[in-house]
Amino acid sequence: MDRNSHINYILQLADNALVLGHRNSEWTGHGPILEQDIALSNIALDLIGQARYLYQYAAKLAAGEVTEDTLAYGRDAWDFRNCLLVEQTNGDWGKTILRQFLFSAWQYFFYEQLQQSRDSELAAIAEKAYKEVVYHLRWSSEWVIRLGDGTTESHQRMEKALELLWKFTGEFFVPAGYEKEGIGIAVDPAVIRPLWEDKVNEVLAEAGLRANPETWMQTGGKEGRHTEELGYLLAEMQFLQRAYPGCEW
Amino acid sequence: MTEQQWPLWEVFIRSKQGLDHKHAGSIHAADAAMAIENARDVYTRRMEGVSIWVVESKYIHASNPDEASSLYDPANDKIYRHPTFYDLPDELKHM
Repeated sequence: MDRNSHINYILQLADNALVLGHRNSEWTGHGPILEQDIALSNIALDLIGQARYLYQYAAKLAAGEVTEDTLAYGRDAWDFRNCLLVEQTNGDWGKTILRQFLFSAWQYFFYEQLQQSRDSELAAIAEKAYKEVVYHLRWSSEWVIRLGDGTTESHQRMEKALELLWKFTGEFFVPAGYEKEGIGIAVDPAVIRPLWEDKVNEVLAEAGLRANPETWMQTGGKEGRHTEELGYLLAEMQFLQRAYPGCEW
Repeated sequence: MTEQQWPLWEVFIRSKQGLDHKHAGSIHAADAAMAIENARDVYTRRMEGVSIWVVESKYIHASNPDEASSLYDPANDKIYRHPTFYDLPDELKHM
């Protein structure tokens, strides 16, 4: 794996975690009930913590003036490598829950595999993050089942969320150019695909939900081609560092 | 959102193996599974615990504060009920 691909690979993982962490943090103070407000804020902090480790590692490889902060706050949308799913807006609680579930299920199997990476630093980050993701998956699975198998309204909202989000899940398993080169370091998406599908189908079935198998899958996020939602997210997240570069408090 | 509230649960946390569960506070949750998850998220964020118990608050029965004088005051002068006449070795913790 050449150095650029290696850095892009790490950035993809970091951007996933940062963008979803930021999305979840938008719920802080707005959760449907205090306990869930805290739960989602905890998950947001876990994800931003993962992003920091990964950005620090990418910055070390990139060397020069690059820091974790310039990577998080100094790049524009087309430099972000996150998958499209995580940048989608929060919508209602059901959409936020489903987005978390679909992503946590992917992260769960992904980090499980990444612990075997020949890149020992990535393997160590994966080992730490995996423990957090086990809980994210458990928490979001419980909620998907609760809402899907809940009232008529909660079921309808989950169906709607599934329709909105399912088309962004195919991207997990379509390797970007920099992923294909990473034998031994990167996780082979073909290995985790059946695991992810089994887990997701099991939980959706228990929730009384079914994804449309005919859905056309949208891709591009990993290569920097994003939906318009990411621009708004970055505008808010990066505002302070853009207006006051290098500002600290 | 309707104003219907989830039931209240009391949370007990064991901070370390070998210690007792202690009352930590209360949370709202729809059922026991959610109560344990909520308790984990609210009360163990700073490594406070290794084990959680929850019980729905309505199942806790309390003594009546008005009866405090008859219930507790009589123990005041029964010093012989305290095991204070034993010398404990320093290694014994949590007694």
